[in-house]
Amino acid sequence: MTIKRKACIAGAWEHPLRKAPDKSTAQLHYECARGALADAGLDFKDVDGYFCAGDAPGFGMLSMVDYLGLRVRHVDSTETGGSSYLSHVSHAAHAIATGHCDVALVTLAGRPRAEASSGVAAAARPNVPEVPFEAPYAPVTLNAYALAAMRHMHEFGTTAEQLAWVKVAASHHARHNPHAMLREVVTVEDVLASPLVSDPLHKLDCCVVSDGGGALVVVRPEIARSLQRPLVSVLGAGEAVKGQAGGRVDLTYSGAAWSGPKAFEEAGVSPHDIRYASIYDSFTITVVMQLEDLGFCAKGEGGRFVADGNLIAGVGRLPVNTDGGGLCNNHPSNRGGITKVIEAVRQLRGEAHPLVQVPGCELALVNGIGGLLGTRHGSATLILGRD
Amino acid sequence: MTMIPERPLPAPIVDVFTAPFWQAASEGVLLIRRCKACGEAHWYPRPFCPHCASDDTQWVPASGRGTIYSFTVARKAGPVPYVLAYVTLDEGVTMLTNLVDGEVEALHIGQRVQVTFRAGEGGAAIAVFTPCTTP
Repeated sequence: MTIKRKACIAGAWEHPLRKAPDKSTAQLHYECARGALADAGLDFKDVDGYFCAGDAPGFGMLSMVDYLGLRVRHVDSTETGGSSYLSHVSHAAHAIATGHCDVALVTLAGRPRAEASSGVAAAARPNVPEVPFEAPYAPVTLNAYALAAMRHMHEFGTTAEQLAWVKVAASHHARHNPHAMLREVVTVEDVLASPLVSDPLHKLDCCVVSDGGGALVVVRPEIARSLQRPLVSVLGAGEAVKGQAGGRVDLTYSGAAWSGPKAFEEAGVSPHDIRYASIYDSFTITVVMQLEDLGFCAKGEGGRFVADGNLIAGVGRLPVNTDGGGLCNNHPSNRGGITKVIEAVRQLRGEAHPLVQVPGCELALVNGIGGLLGTRHGSATLILGRD
Repeated sequence: MTMIPERPLPAPIVDVFTAPFWQAASEGVLLIRRCKACGEAHWYPRPFCPHCASDDTQWVPASGRGTIYSFTVARKAGPVPYVLAYVTLDEGVTMLTNLVDGEVEALHIGQRVQVTFRAGEGGAAIAVFTPCTTP
């Protein structure tokens, strides 16, 4: 059983708001759902499968199905942090392939800016097995990624300048995105001159904190062909969870080393075939590690791979995050997975901004990392193709 | 040179399983968990072995010495900066911890460190690590 060409992404919509003091989280989910369904040319009454994750308010999926007035026969609330929505696309394709639904709606929304709730430490609550042995030391999100960055530099000679190039590339893309939070082009020097927040990461090595959200509509291919939109097919997917392995900690690679090969195998393609990649960019180090783990370069070569503008559309060898990514555009609800899928869909449709559109983009990869790279995280890979 | 800053530590979470761990900490001993079936140590402690799934595991005292696997100076995560680190104990397991009592500029991966204890909120002892004064 494969999901290759068993489902298409027919609708994709990103909320233009980056600060939403006057809207509830549930309302943002609704607006994203409405936008993606309109993009596909479908309606709420067509939806028979619904997917959401930990950002959904109340009783999560139960609250949202009720709030949106959906009548569904398949639901999935897989929660892997920021990578959840890539898993949702994969799971929706499985559900469609096995006849459990025809039109799957995926939504994400949140308002961490309005609520000033980003990067909080794990709550010291009982009955979470790792908490007694980790919470006393305050492994806040940013710091857990910094631990991985520090080790990567030690083992492979990766430099702060190389990490900064990931941000520079994002800023070159964001200047063309009217909705991006940070539209000013920055240089390597700008990144290094920004304050160290958790060594070796500087303030500009970190993604933005934004409100908003996004939604996707995944449908049966026959339905996709009946709509007036370019066909974007799901070709392959992989998922992995990586933790501390009972104390055998290895921070040099991410779960993408496991989720990537599965997706490539299912799609029957290799990294050399990929024309555009959306790579989860919570921090600059996150991108460098995923590019290595996905096979775009050898392990330890990620720093050199991203340097000198190699991720900039029209300039480099692999255009990455042409919307400006989480580093400059948008990281709604502290979860960047859905915006990664949305920009890949734009590229495959030929609907990215003309100045960052990859000519003849027929094959794209999306990778998401959810949770904390340094302690435990999920990785999800999607390979999408234009048919 | 800047001395490593320290933040106040919270009270530990004590339950039936972790009570012996915190009792030993109050006596200045860091316990880890070792499997009698496969012989492997694991961290964080569990009532079974994550390597072989046997439930024949026991608390054993660690030497309290290890090396820094990675570290970061957390400058903006709270009101007070602190140093978060992974330390690989000589028993082979790597644990998340805080570093104290050294010079920030001298910290480096591979550095030898030893366990010491700090009082958390309410007075319970919490293991942290400090650079070794002897090799």
